[in-house]
Amino acid sequence: MNQVIEARGLVRRYPAEGSPIRAVDGVDLTVEAGETVSVMGPSGCGKSTLLHLLGGLERPDAGELYLGGQRVDGLSETQWAVLRRGSVGFVFQAFHLVDELTAVENVELPVLLLGGSRRDARRRAMELLERLGVAERAGHLPDRLSGGERQRVAVARALINQPLVVLADEPTGNLDSRATGEILRLFAELREARQALLIVTHDARVASTAHRLLTMRDGAIVAQTRLGAGTSAAAVLASLADLGGEG
Amino acid sequence: MRDGILSLRAKEPAHGYELRQRLMAALGPAGAALNPGQVYVTLSRLERAGLVEAKEVAQPNHPDKKVYELTASGRERVGQWLADVTWSKVAPVEFHLKLVAAAATHLADPVALVDAQRLELLRELRQLQELAQAEPPDSDGSLLLEGASLRLQADIHWLEACERRWVERETR
Repeated sequence: MNQVIEARGLVRRYPAEGSPIRAVDGVDLTVEAGETVSVMGPSGCGKSTLLHLLGGLERPDAGELYLGGQRVDGLSETQWAVLRRGSVGFVFQAFHLVDELTAVENVELPVLLLGGSRRDARRRAMELLERLGVAERAGHLPDRLSGGERQRVAVARALINQPLVVLADEPTGNLDSRATGEILRLFAELREARQALLIVTHDARVASTAHRLLTMRDGAIVAQTRLGAGTSAAAVLASLADLGGEG
Repeated sequence: MRDGILSLRAKEPAHGYELRQRLMAALGPAGAALNPGQVYVTLSRLERAGLVEAKEVAQPNHPDKKVYELTASGRERVGQWLADVTWSKVAPVEFHLKLVAAAATHLADPVALVDAQRLELLRELRQLQELAQAEPPDSDGSLLLEGASLRLQADIHWLEACERRWVERETR
């Protein structure tokens, strides 16, 4: 199965005075294995709601959703909870780490929830923390970590069960420039490892690294573009130094 | 660029090749886009303007080399250039006028122009980030790339404001 996500005509309405608001209004979307897709759009355009629908945190009012080829829009909350543990990794702006657990315990959690052994969970968690450069912080509680470290721990937790897709909602929203750089390098590694990634973001630096960019407005995808081709590095550099000028 | 080339000579007299090396080191990857002839053309212009002076220096086993030195007025010019606070491109006026003109003439959809422009800037940003990742983080070139990247991000941020404004106007 090459498409990890396929959505057809997804609709999500919120009750409102008068007629309900269509937060997501007929979205068709696919994410292929190994692909990074970024979603941009103004606040309130429905991009976070779309991400919640794709990860089963909210249910669509209409439309079809397939995850790894399996139809999932009709699943119950319990079925979704099981599916999410193994197939979907979430990364949020606010990290959503469990404050009472150490970094490594946070990362292990999804393995234990899937019924993995403690030993295996610890080994895989430490491997990931090592890869993300935060192994020496493994024994610390989240409030002892910097924002960038917390987000790397959150990414490790999202990855540990080798999900079909990682869904990230403003992953760099709370981070300074340096920590954002770290997360960007991390996402670059995930792309190389062919991890499918869907990122909802306002951050142009994050969005520009995707293979494909979706633009949303008023609950609908209004543009889809491949980002890879186009402007050459030489053209960017020439304009950067204004070297074509009078000299 | 011309003042930049002039100023790189303020430290000590240099010949064309050395100057070009200094310029390339300062610009990092952007220096690769530099036309080698450009430095020499600029030097002869600066010489004609009386800002630099060329001297032939004899070298053992090599032909004489031309060494350029700043004149007193060249030094003065560099001083002015360093103190000048003119900043390039405060506002993207041209693009702003495009949007206003597109809306007024109905020759194009302003929101579509914003979308196309954002895509182009995102592509440029992607290239800059790839170049920055290939540079040693403490090099002069990487600092220039960071400046370019931050400016592009500011422009993209402004395009979001343009998007909000023109979507609002269209739906009115």
